[in-house]
Amino acid sequence: MTAQPKRLDWDTFTEGLWKENPVFVMMLGLCPSMAVSNTAVNSLAMGLASTFVLVGACLLVSLLRKLIPKQVRIASYIIIIATFVTIVDYLIHAISLDLYRALGAFIQLIVVNCVILGRAEAHASKHPPVPAVINAFGMGLGFTVALLAIGSVREILGFGTLFGMSLFGPSFQPWAVFILPPGGFFVLSLWLVLFSFARRRRTRTLEAAHVS
Amino acid sequence: MSVESPALIFLNAFLINNFVLALFLGLCPFLGVSNKLKTALPMGAAVIFVMLVASVCAYGINLLLVRFQIEYLRLIAYIAVIASAVQLVEMTVKKFSPALFRMLGIFLPLITTNCAILGMALFQTANEYNFVQSLAFSLGAGAGFTLALVLMAGLRERLDLADVPDVCMGAAIAMMLAGLLSLAFMGFAGLGG
Repeated sequence: MTAQPKRLDWDTFTEGLWKENPVFVMMLGLCPSMAVSNTAVNSLAMGLASTFVLVGACLLVSLLRKLIPKQVRIASYIIIIATFVTIVDYLIHAISLDLYRALGAFIQLIVVNCVILGRAEAHASKHPPVPAVINAFGMGLGFTVALLAIGSVREILGFGTLFGMSLFGPSFQPWAVFILPPGGFFVLSLWLVLFSFARRRRTRTLEAAHVS
Repeated sequence: MSVESPALIFLNAFLINNFVLALFLGLCPFLGVSNKLKTALPMGAAVIFVMLVASVCAYGINLLLVRFQIEYLRLIAYIAVIASAVQLVEMTVKKFSPALFRMLGIFLPLITTNCAILGMALFQTANEYNFVQSLAFSLGAGAGFTLALVLMAGLRERLDLADVPDVCMGAAIAMMLAGLLSLAFMGFAGLGG
């Protein structure tokens, strides 16, 4: 009996990382994931900020789930999320002014990140605090990983650097289009192609193994 | 206080810094509703309307917040205003055209979480636009969203007939298309100086 809840928690945690990755599988939260992912540092900051909001909001929603009437739940969730976003906004402003300028309005726009509202509605409102927080943390981590995947490709191709360190030496000709908006679309679509290719291949191997 | 003329602000939001293709705002409805031209236009119109209402309300609310020095409530106040404006549009559409209401489905209430609208309200505050400038900005942003939506819907209707490689089906090829469209819109950069 003691082992079972632990495994359950592990599953709720990894769900967001891979099987239900918010960006690559569910196609949620695309706006922030493309707008600020022009460098790896920005992506990491955005991912961590979103994770913080996600975990905080899910904890509060889960604690209040019996108090909030069904009819006004979306509005209540939005207000809870907006509160945490305001906290993050002031926090980043206090910690690093450069980062605050780079992310711009997109910190405040975490409010309308569908990943967070989706988690609050689909998971946190139906589960006790501990699993809700674990699930939210996994989702946030999955979101951060996805952002980093997009951001590092864009930074490597567009600036020739990763986390600000030069990779190719001075002779590298930056591929400027990857810093610009179209690059975001291209990199995301390439990742999607890669994932669908991997998934197809796995089902094919599974089928082949099944037949033989 | 910024001194740009309303016409320039409109053009800027409409073409040069198109909300969808240059600022990545409102991508979820952009990909969700752009399957058919028939739903793209009404959706665009609904967004323009919500933008206008939200812009006017946000301008008034910001004046109040600054007056009482409670700017930290700005985000919560804006979200509440947008949610009510969307509710208004939803009721109107349901009353006047139930068929359209069913066609737009879940994406109508989801305008609330459309980052383009909240983004518009936040940018308008950050740029310190006056009332006329705010109106021009919101109109341009809405029109730009509609333009991108309609263009994309037209392209995707053609795409249905095209022979796409198996792995790229669905979201991946739509993203690629959006990237090309965005590349085309880059050509407008520098138009407004």
